[in-house]
Amino acid sequence: MTLARSLLLALAAWVVGAQAAPDPFKSTYQPAASAPTLIRNATVLDGTGRRLDGADVLMRDGKIAAVGTGLAADGAAVVDAQGRWVTPGLIDVHSHLGVYASPGVNAHQDGNEATDPVTAGVWAEHGVWPQDPGFYTAIAGGVTTLQVLPGSANLIGGRGVTLRNVAGTTMQEMKFPGAPHGLKMACGENPKRVYGDKGRSPSTRMGNVAGYRQAFADAQDYRGQWQKYERELADYEAQPQGGTARRKKSAGDAKPPTPPKRDLRLETLVGAMNGEIQVHIHCYRADEMAVMLDLAEEFGFKVAAFHHGVEAYKIADRLAQEGVCGALWADWWGFKMEAYDAIWENIAFVDAPAKGCAIVHSDSAEGIQRLNQEAAKAMARGQRAGLAIPPERAIRWITSNAARSLGVAGEVGTLEPGKRADVVIWNRDPFSVYALAERVYVDGAVRYDRAAPPAQPESDFLLGQPAGGAL
Amino acid sequence: MRPAHVLTRALLCTLAALPFAASAQDLLIRNATVHTVTERGTLERADVLVRNGRVAAVGTGLAAAGATVVDANGRALTPGLFGGITALGVVEVSLEKSTVDNDPHAAERDKAAEPRPEFDVTLSFNPDSAVIGVNRVEGISYAMVAPGGVSGDTVIAGQGAVARLDGRADAMVAPSRTLFANLNAGVSRASQFMLLEQATREAKPTPQMRDADFRLLTPTGREVLARYLSGGRIAFSVDRATDIRQALAFAQKQGARPVIVGGAQAWQVAGQLAQAKVPVILDPLVDLPDSFDQIGATLDNAARLHKAGVRIAFTNLNDGTHNARKVRQAAGVAVAHGLPFDAALAALTANPAEIFGLGGEYGRIAPGYVADLVLWSGDPLEVTSIAEQMWIDGRAQSMRSRQTELRDRYRPGAR
Repeated sequence: MTLARSLLLALAAWVVGAQAAPDPFKSTYQPAASAPTLIRNATVLDGTGRRLDGADVLMRDGKIAAVGTGLAADGAAVVDAQGRWVTPGLIDVHSHLGVYASPGVNAHQDGNEATDPVTAGVWAEHGVWPQDPGFYTAIAGGVTTLQVLPGSANLIGGRGVTLRNVAGTTMQEMKFPGAPHGLKMACGENPKRVYGDKGRSPSTRMGNVAGYRQAFADAQDYRGQWQKYERELADYEAQPQGGTARRKKSAGDAKPPTPPKRDLRLETLVGAMNGEIQVHIHCYRADEMAVMLDLAEEFGFKVAAFHHGVEAYKIADRLAQEGVCGALWADWWGFKMEAYDAIWENIAFVDAPAKGCAIVHSDSAEGIQRLNQEAAKAMARGQRAGLAIPPERAIRWITSNAARSLGVAGEVGTLEPGKRADVVIWNRDPFSVYALAERVYVDGAVRYDRAAPPAQPESDFLLGQPAGGAL
Repeated sequence: MRPAHVLTRALLCTLAALPFAASAQDLLIRNATVHTVTERGTLERADVLVRNGRVAAVGTGLAAAGATVVDANGRALTPGLFGGITALGVVEVSLEKSTVDNDPHAAERDKAAEPRPEFDVTLSFNPDSAVIGVNRVEGISYAMVAPGGVSGDTVIAGQGAVARLDGRADAMVAPSRTLFANLNAGVSRASQFMLLEQATREAKPTPQMRDADFRLLTPTGREVLARYLSGGRIAFSVDRATDIRQALAFAQKQGARPVIVGGAQAWQVAGQLAQAKVPVILDPLVDLPDSFDQIGATLDNAARLHKAGVRIAFTNLNDGTHNARKVRQAAGVAVAHGLPFDAALAALTANPAEIFGLGGEYGRIAPGYVADLVLWSGDPLEVTSIAEQMWIDGRAQSMRSRQTELRDRYRPGAR
């Protein structure tokens, strides 16, 4: 079988949902070498909702081996974490690092393919610049996994990519192996402003919704074409006198079926409908989120998370019932009309119902450095509003809930045995403005150590530039 | 948590029962951890007596017959916080032009780079803006209301002033008036200095200049600029070290008092700034090179400048209007990166008052000072702390805002 033919068959099988999509841009991520390590005597927030005082975390072969008290070192290197707090590596589900890299020069504007309202065929990973200094400041804030998304200029902006936050020369070296793609969609003001200003559709919220629906209707049709092709191919292969030579002799119906022309936009949307791509929707207002939930039902896809969701608190119960996460800011507001109804308690109120799934996201090269503080602000306001939110609950907003929305909860987001050993040692309670990540492990290997800063900037861009140096 | 919460409720109920015209009444805040931001430092279990809107005494065992008494129960009391360089009261929703009043060139886009010293943003200040209320309940009692040049493209964007944020109509504090120049305007740096130079010539003309030599400024603009060039305060938005040096040289030559806003690379010229007694208003969270002007941006900037003897104050350069309240978090982060706590608190209180000509009246808790005070649930720089009560001119402020109204409407179980 030729390579082209095997790709075709794989695509056909993928469209009908029979197997995973082939990824031409394969992850080459490799965990760094690590020795078994026992972090001893820390306050551990494990990401599942548990807090363990005076506890130990054992990492072996890049995985969490055990969490508990009085664990035996058993040859592992021991790190004394007396007085320290330990959490899973933090996860940011909404970043534009790499696609809107620092410095923010024109050449680095790679996050919005703002030439058409539906650009589902573009992938954020093809715009990621691994030398963005923001990756390095983010790991100093304890972030070990992040989703880089296209921007919100378009109704359907393209695929997001989930990265391991490690130094890499190529995007593939950072790509989270096996993590599903995200699909970035956007409600409200941004698409209608961007395209309305160009004198084309959408220029209203009506136009926005018509745009999503037509795109998904096209994708349904496209899926049907591939399903038809799959059936015809199966019939053709199943003919009793198999073999090319014999078929040529029979008349008419013996020709192999012609596959549909590939359409990268529609492939992505089919992936979303098949549940293989996680759908992330930038959407501020409660009423628009409700419309998007109906839209998702119409076309049979699931919304992983609403992002920004400044009014998510107004429909917190519905989001919880439908299993949709809210990826939210603690305090951004007012920069546009759809962000006018923000409240401090948004995250806490979305978290409150049974099965509520609140996530703190950054959408910012500054905010990603302090997800713990953003969560702390939301936690404190929720507590003041009368909700019982201990730190072991709030840490889920930046670890396990985030992992769930990215479809990587089986691998990261908690300190359960068998998971990747992404671990942060904080110098104190991380829900403090004074807290700093002292050491960050990715797959059990130290990838950031505040006590031993690298001698040179890690980003090539900052090399040889006037830089900070020691105080 | 629970007992403190109940106490808070009790305190707030007491305050809510106060008549709003309590101004004439004395206020005695007892048993507070008083951050005076003076050489007296922090006083434990101290009392603050307020008379006629001013601090009358700070000490222990104070008494005042007939005064409203508030038991702080050991909690922290600070001066009201300075919200930074903002568009409070002049922008309601940033992307809605009909609510944006800080742009000197809204009516003449084709002249976007031209200096407009006569543009006075304070004329459009709306003391009832919901954005002010949202920030006031976070302990922000005053802020610089600046023209849009802070992040715009105009070399001289106009004049601003410090506003008090308690809803009064006459909010501006006169000595704080400041002219805003923008050297991050995104046009050629040399052309910015060319425009500054020409504007200066027109404002301070030589007798030989003829009518045709006045091409840039309006007559009003010339008058206004001339005033600032003879000892006035000019705030320069500028990040790059070499541009900071140019701004200092310009101000020195023209006889103006410069203030640096932004200053991502200010640490590189800290000694020169200290020697010239030029203050820096910075965002301590800026540590990435958003532009080539900010190469070397570092979380140590505040600590380095302070150590070198530069007077610093804080602003939020990200969304300094709606989220002016974030300056408190930024101050805490500066502490985590080496700035002494007291210096960080001063950068939110006494230093901005000094920088904008309000020293001696604002920003400290000391006899004679205006009684703008905030009582905190915990460490005033901590992100988990909340402003529990605030006084401006000794008057208890409502701790409700549009956001607390929304919160209470949608509180779980409320609907």
